[in-house]
Amino acid sequence: MSTVAGTFRIARREGAARAWYAFSRNSTSVAGLIIVVVVVLWTAFAPWLTPFPRHARAFTDIEHANQPPGLPYLFGTDTIGRDIFTRVIFGYRFSLLLGLVVLSLAVPVGVALGLAAGYFRGWPETVIMRVTDVFLSIPPLALALAIMAVLEPNLQNAMLAVSVMWWPWYTRLVYSLVSSLRQEAYVQAAEVVGASPAHILLRELLPNCLPAILTKMTLDMAFVILIGSSLSYLGLGVQPPDPDLGTMVADGAKYMPDLWWISVFPGLGILLIVLGFNLFGDGLRDVFGVEV
Amino acid sequence: MNTGDPLLRIRDLHVEFTGFRGTTHVLNGVNLEVRRGEKVGLVGETGCGKSLTVKAVLGLLRGPNVRVRGEIWFGGRNLLADPAHELRELRGRRITMIFQDPMASLNPVFTVGDQLLEVIRRGPGRDGARRLSAGAAEEKALAILHEVALPDPERIMRTYPVQLSGGMRQRVLIAMALVNHPDLIIADEPGTALDVTIQEQILRLMRSLVEAKGISVLLITHNLGVVRETTDRVYVMYAGSIAEEGRTADFFRGPKHPYTQGLLASVPKLTGEGVPRGIDGMIPDYGAPPPGCRFAPRCAFAQPRCQSPPPWVNVGEGHHVACVLYDAEPAARSS
Amino acid sequence: MGYSSYLIRRVLLSVLVLLGLSILIFTIARVIPGDPARIALGPLASRGQIDALRQEMYLDRPIHVQYAYYLSGLLRGDFGESLYTHRPVTDDLRDLFPATLELVLYSGLIMVLLGVPLGVLAAYYRDTWVDNAVRLFSLGGVVTPAFVWAILLMLLFAHALAVLPVAGQFSASMTPPPQVTGLVTIDSLLDFNLGAYVDFLRHLILPAVSLALAGIAQAARLTRASMVDVAGRPYIEAARAFGFAEYRIALKYMLKPSMIPTMTILGLDFAALLGNAFLVEAVFNWPGIARYGVEVILRKDLNAIVAVVMIIGLFFVVINFLIDIAVGYLDPRIRLAHAEA
Repeated sequence: MSTVAGTFRIARREGAARAWYAFSRNSTSVAGLIIVVVVVLWTAFAPWLTPFPRHARAFTDIEHANQPPGLPYLFGTDTIGRDIFTRVIFGYRFSLLLGLVVLSLAVPVGVALGLAAGYFRGWPETVIMRVTDVFLSIPPLALALAIMAVLEPNLQNAMLAVSVMWWPWYTRLVYSLVSSLRQEAYVQAAEVVGASPAHILLRELLPNCLPAILTKMTLDMAFVILIGSSLSYLGLGVQPPDPDLGTMVADGAKYMPDLWWISVFPGLGILLIVLGFNLFGDGLRDVFGVEV
Repeated sequence: MNTGDPLLRIRDLHVEFTGFRGTTHVLNGVNLEVRRGEKVGLVGETGCGKSLTVKAVLGLLRGPNVRVRGEIWFGGRNLLADPAHELRELRGRRITMIFQDPMASLNPVFTVGDQLLEVIRRGPGRDGARRLSAGAAEEKALAILHEVALPDPERIMRTYPVQLSGGMRQRVLIAMALVNHPDLIIADEPGTALDVTIQEQILRLMRSLVEAKGISVLLITHNLGVVRETTDRVYVMYAGSIAEEGRTADFFRGPKHPYTQGLLASVPKLTGEGVPRGIDGMIPDYGAPPPGCRFAPRCAFAQPRCQSPPPWVNVGEGHHVACVLYDAEPAARSS
Repeated sequence: MGYSSYLIRRVLLSVLVLLGLSILIFTIARVIPGDPARIALGPLASRGQIDALRQEMYLDRPIHVQYAYYLSGLLRGDFGESLYTHRPVTDDLRDLFPATLELVLYSGLIMVLLGVPLGVLAAYYRDTWVDNAVRLFSLGGVVTPAFVWAILLMLLFAHALAVLPVAGQFSASMTPPPQVTGLVTIDSLLDFNLGAYVDFLRHLILPAVSLALAGIAQAARLTRASMVDVAGRPYIEAARAFGFAEYRIALKYMLKPSMIPTMTILGLDFAALLGNAFLVEAVFNWPGIARYGVEVILRKDLNAIVAVVMIIGLFFVVINFLIDIAVGYLDPRIRLAHAEA
């Protein structure tokens, strides 16, 4: 725990090149990056890169229902004739969207609070960290259920619920980073020269927290997608007919084992994207030398 | 002083590491001897390879990236030629070590007694002696704790390292090193992590115990004062090889190697003769070390001959220098 | 001495967290837009019925009075009646929770008994094929959601290989033992009913393993990382210098310090098993609290939701407390720090 501040460097331009070199030597990290990039691009251009884009919305074709994997339905079709492969690719959209939204809500809030608590000390620190501790000690499941109980089960509310669960981790991370960093010479130099707190926070401390924050965000994408798919699986997230990977697994579970492809392929899809972000994040963690 | 067959003899020890920057050639032909009953000092600045030499002796330098060449003779065997489990037999029994940082060297989640007993249980060797009973081991533990002047040994056995002061921890480490009556103790900068006054006490304790039991000591340090007080003979190490060796008294009276002279001149004197000079430059890059004498780049007396490996010149009784300055001149240059 | 004050402190903290959770749930429940009584009775209820229910639910009283009734109910274990099953919620819980609890307990056991040794092996045989195999497995375990594991394992073992039963707790022909504790393994042993015991275990394996896999993977990873970190510490090098045998160093002097950071996270993982149990129960038709939990949320059945959330909270708090005890026991520095404080 005590080596947090001492083990990573500021990413300057040569630093970035060196970081890429170190990263690229690890084949699993590169594999993770490739998976993420491929999935993101494919799902972004899904309407043009999938065989049956119309199957992603409400669509029925009973004639071709329950087809096992083969051609032209690579992953088979479901009980009302929709192509599973297409729906998986479109399903990634919801997973990625969930991750992006949750992180763009949780991270700025969490980081800002962490910076404030770590730098200003005194009662802002006490208040912020006590609140953070309370949030962190509430079982995440209980919190999510409680929130979902209040709101309608749909994607937006799921995103909200998960964001509320998520920000404390960033506060805690940034707080501990800033607590060690503020002792560093360049911070004290800036203070002596009379730099404003805003300058110190934004130009001195934050850039040094970035490697850890970015690494955690990448790993968190994996985690958020996992949780999101679990919520959808339970029926508390994305609602049909939208193609979310979790809901697809849940729908297909009733038809096991005969129509196994309806559940298995979306499930493997979840595995793939979570794996990608995980490997990518691990690679970043090794390169930046942070403890996240 | 005892002469006779040396207890420990390191001959031409080379240690190389392969990393992704290439090979670093750290130890460059170390030659060192410790005779029975002797207290030998090994002096050098941080990074000169002292700890590495020690690890090589203990057989702790194993791994895919390490290459060790040379010979280390102990008890009639070349340790470098022995398989790992043979060396393990020696460790903790015939060769023991006293570590620099007592807090870091004791396992924080086990009691002192636990760790001490573990060392004691290794005491009886494979040479037929039976294992100690729990009672006998406990007695031995209490006895040795008493010898290192720790008050209330029974209570100490039950405490955790974090509950003891630095000086007490160091005494525990000394106890662990002595309890199995080793032939050789290697002391790696003992007491440097402690207050100067405590360090004094510790060193005095060590000396009395060692002399009483006739144990040989190899004392690693960068503190010349300690060397002067405690040792019979000294080796000075620079950048992976020995620069000078001699009897302590001769050595301090007339150091020969330019590096040694620089070292002794760097020590501030209480008589207040002005600010000490220090030595310009830095230790070499072991990845691309200078050919020949590794001190040459910093030496005021460097010559073209210094580009080749320096000769090992006898400049007095038991006094040798690795420097061309003393070669091809008549030894009539007396001091 | 220091240890007991440490424990007392942890107990107080746990109580605080539970209290905080109850307030949180209470607040959230009151935040629901609309009138809870109306929602409960549906759109066709008359004004009179709604008013009557409001009075029954103390909705016409000031908020702190409502909380007082609520809290006293909680402490008595009275959660009111469920709008979903029309029975006292406590009865619902008593019927359903033990099954989930049993599943979680066995998963946790598997998690630790398999995960930690795997991690130790991977650290000991570092950088060999053993290490790589464990790391590959860990990776797979961590990235796959529990329900996907459940489905894959079911397809493989229950259908393709047909060595294990597909779903449920018992085979159709087996009579369950009489309920004493609600935990079938204990009840069947108390009943000397070995047949039921074995049958139940056969049904338990797939769900428990699916549930445990992510935890096993995490435990292996953490243990390995901890062990590797400890292996580099000076006191381990010192242990080698004293000539201790390598295996003894690994199993005694490295394992204990490694477990300290690992335990805390393992505790969190164990607690998280309860959440993941929700996912696995559906696949295996395990008669636990998952389906009930989801249904009451969808129906906004306040009483039941409160009960479910509180029981989850209670579980977490108990687990955390047990972990604190364990860590305090393992790491003398923690106990001693509190003794001096």
